[in-house]
Amino acid sequence: MTSMALPVAARMPNALRRVAWVGIVVGIVAAWLALPPLTIRSWVPSLVLALIAVMLGIGIAIRGERRFGGFAIAAGLFGFGIAFLATLSTVGKLESVVVWSALLAAMLRFATPLAFAALGGMFSERSGVVNIGLEGMMLMGAFFGIMAADKLDSWWLGLLAGILAGGAAAFVHAVWAIHLQADQIVSGTAVNFLAVGLTGYLFIDIYGSEGTPTDIPSIPNVHLGFLGDGFVGDIFGSLNLMIWIAIVLVPLTWAIMFKTPIGLRIRACGEHPRAADTVGISVYGVRYGAVTLSGMLAAAGGAYLSIGFVNSFNENMTAGRGFIALAALIFGNWRPFGAAAACLLFGFSSALAQRLPEYSQSASVLFQALPYVLTLIAVAGVIGRSIPPAAVGRPYKKQ
Amino acid sequence: MSTDAGGAAPPPGVDPSGLGPELQTSWIERYGVAQRAEGILAPLLTTVLAFLVGGLVVLVTTGKNPLTTYRAIFDGAGLSWFFQIGNHEIGLPWSDAKVWFPWNVNDFESVAAVNLQQTLIVTTTLVFTGLAVAFAFRCGLFNIGGQGQYIVGAIWAVWIGSSFEGMNPLLHITLAIVVATLAGAVWAGIAGFLKATVGAHEVISTIMLNWIAIWIGSFLFGLGGPLQNDAQSSVPISNDIVESAKLPILWGDPLLQGLHTGIFLAIVALVVYWALLNRTTLGYGVRAVGFNPEAARYGGIGVRRNYFLAMAISGAFAGIAGAIDVLGWQFRLATGDIQTSQVGFIGIAVALLGRNTAVGVLLAALLFGSLVTGTSTRNLDPEIFQPELAFNLTLLIQGLVVLFVGADLIVLWLLRRLRRSGLSA
Repeated sequence: MTSMALPVAARMPNALRRVAWVGIVVGIVAAWLALPPLTIRSWVPSLVLALIAVMLGIGIAIRGERRFGGFAIAAGLFGFGIAFLATLSTVGKLESVVVWSALLAAMLRFATPLAFAALGGMFSERSGVVNIGLEGMMLMGAFFGIMAADKLDSWWLGLLAGILAGGAAAFVHAVWAIHLQADQIVSGTAVNFLAVGLTGYLFIDIYGSEGTPTDIPSIPNVHLGFLGDGFVGDIFGSLNLMIWIAIVLVPLTWAIMFKTPIGLRIRACGEHPRAADTVGISVYGVRYGAVTLSGMLAAAGGAYLSIGFVNSFNENMTAGRGFIALAALIFGNWRPFGAAAACLLFGFSSALAQRLPEYSQSASVLFQALPYVLTLIAVAGVIGRSIPPAAVGRPYKKQ
Repeated sequence: MSTDAGGAAPPPGVDPSGLGPELQTSWIERYGVAQRAEGILAPLLTTVLAFLVGGLVVLVTTGKNPLTTYRAIFDGAGLSWFFQIGNHEIGLPWSDAKVWFPWNVNDFESVAAVNLQQTLIVTTTLVFTGLAVAFAFRCGLFNIGGQGQYIVGAIWAVWIGSSFEGMNPLLHITLAIVVATLAGAVWAGIAGFLKATVGAHEVISTIMLNWIAIWIGSFLFGLGGPLQNDAQSSVPISNDIVESAKLPILWGDPLLQGLHTGIFLAIVALVVYWALLNRTTLGYGVRAVGFNPEAARYGGIGVRRNYFLAMAISGAFAGIAGAIDVLGWQFRLATGDIQTSQVGFIGIAVALLGRNTAVGVLLAALLFGSLVTGTSTRNLDPEIFQPELAFNLTLLIQGLVVLFVGADLIVLWLLRRLRRSGLSA
C-alpha cells in the first residue's frame, strides 16, 4: 500500500466501505478486461471477477452497509453485462466505439451542465427548498446566454446574462416557495413551463425559423499544450473553460457547505428552520440567497450547453437535464462529491449513447434513452437509503 | 317570502337584519355561496391574471394589440360558433321528431364549425390527461408523466389499430382502447410501484419515464425501426390504422378531422372519476392518503397500496387519451408527433386550474383546448399573429396559470379581504 492510500483509507468510516470499494473496482475491471485495449475475447474471466464483486457486495449488504453493498452488486452485474456484450461484438467495432480518451472527454462535456445544476440544486435543497425548477432555470441560462452573446458580441456578457436570467427565474420560485408558501413542486413546475414558453416565444420572435446564427462568440476552450498528445492530453488538453470551472466548483462547494459558517447556516435552515431562527439566523434571507444562487448555477450550466457545447439553441434544448441533475443530487446523498460522481456516471452514459450508433442506426435512437433509464434505476435503487435535509419542501412560517 | 295569513311575517318597518333565526340562515347561506364562489372565483381570477400577463408579453414583444390577438385565437378556436344563435331544428335519435335548437349542428363545413370540431377534439384529449394528473393529485402524488403514459397508450393503440384487419369494429376499437389503458396504467404503475416500495420521488421517476417513452417511440417508428411504415421506408411514421379501428365521426367531415365519438368517452371518464373518488372505498382511501398519509396509515388505510393504485389509475386515463387520439383523428404516429406533443404537460395545468374536480377539469380542458387549437398554424390567422409565436404564447399562459395556482395564497387573501369588507359594510 502506498503512502497516499493510507490516509484516505483511514478516513473511510469503516472497513465495510473499503471492502465495498474493492467490490466496485473489481466489477469495473470485469468490464474493462473485455474492452480495448486488452479486448479479451472470452467472458469467463469477467464472469469470475463479476461474481467476486457481487459476493463482496452481498456480504457487505447483509452486514448493514446496504447502500455501498448495492453499489458493489450493481458494479458486478453491469461489469459482466458489458463484458458479455463486448465479446459478442467484433474487435473493429469495439475499437471504434471504445476510444477511452474520447469517451472520457465526452463524459466530462456531458457531465458539466449536470454538475452545475446539481451543485446549484444542493444549495437550494440544503436550505430547505425543493428545486424542481432547475430544468427551467437551465433553459433560461441557455437561451439568454446565447441571445446576449449574439447581441452583445461577447461570450462572457452572454454567460453573465444567462446567469442573471436563471437567477431571476429562481427568485420567482423563491418568492413563491418562501413568502407565498406555495407547494414547491407546483411552483417549480410553473418555472419550468414558463421557461419553455418564454424562451420558445422569444426564440421564434427574435430568430424565427432560421435558428441562431453560427458565428456567435462561444466560451473558449482552455488549451494545455504541455499535456502533449497522449492519453491525458487527449482528455484534458482542450477542455472548455466551463468544465474546469465545474471541476473547481465541486471542492469549493464542499468547502463552503461543510467548512464555513455560511454553509452551516444553510444546512441549519434545511434541517431545523425553527432552531436556526431562534439563534438569530434569518431563515427567509438564507433561503432566498440559496435558491437564487441555485438558479444562477443551473443557468451557468445551461449557458455552457448553448454557447460552450453545441453553439446553438433550439426549443426545450435542456431535454430533462435539470431533472437528471436532481437525480444526481439525490444519488449523491445531497453531497458535492457524491453528486459530482453521479453526474460523471450519467455523463458517461450519454457519451456512450452518442458513440453507439456504430452498431445500428435505428437502435442508436433507443440508446438515447440510456441516461434516463440509468437515472430511473439510480433513483429507485438509492432513495430511501439516502437522507434528504429534514425540512426540505416545507414552507417556514415565522412566529 | 309569502305573506301567508297567520304566518310570522316580519312587521313592516323593522330592519330584517335584526335578530332572529331567519337572519342566521341567510348569513350562513350567504357565506356558503361565497365559499362556493371561491371555488369558481379563484381559478377565474387565476385565468384572467394569466391572460393579462400574456397580453402584456404580446404588447411588449410585438407591439400588437393583445385584444386583437386574443380575438383571433378565439375565432381560431371556433368559439364564435356559439354566438351564431338562430332558429334550427335537430332530429331526435331513433325517431322522426324534430325539436328546436339554438345552434346549427347541421353546419359541418363553416370555418367556425370546423374550428370548433378541432377544439373539441383537443378538449377530449385534455380531459383525459387532466384527469390523469388530477387523480394522482388527490392521492398527494404529482404525476408529471402524463406525457409518457399518453405516448405509451398511443403506441399500443397504433400497433393494434394497424394490425388485425377485418376485425369487428366494436371489438377492434375496444381492444385497442383497453390495451392502451393497461399500457398507460403499467407505465405510471412503475412510478407508483417505485414510490410505494423504495420511496422514489414520483416527479423524477415520471419525468424519466416520459423521456424513455419518447425515445422508445422514436425508435419504433423511426427509420429502420420495427414498427415503421411498411410501404414508405423513408418516412419515420407508423402504419396507418385500418378502417375497423377508426372511431365513428360524430360531427363534421371524416376526411377533415371531424369530431369523433371519443368525446363521449371523455364525459364517461369524468363521471367515472367523480364516482370513483367520491362514491367508492378505493376513492376514500386515495383521498385519505392525499389529505394526510400518516393519519390514513393510523386509520388502517394501506398508504403504499393507494400510492400504487392512484398512479396506475392516473396512467390509465392518460393511456386512453393516447388511444382515442390515434383512433379518432391521427390514425398514425410520426416520430415528430411523439417528440413535440405537449398534451400530457398541458394536462398538469388543466388539473391544477380545475382544482382536481371533474367539472373543473372539464372547464379547464375547454379553455386549454381552445387555446391550443386557436394558436395552431392551421387555425390562427397569420395576418394577425404568427402562429408559431402564438403556440409559445399558449405555453406561456399555461406556465402563468400554474404559477398563479401556486400563489393561491394571494388570490384567497384578496378574496377574503373583499368578502370581509363586503360583509361588514
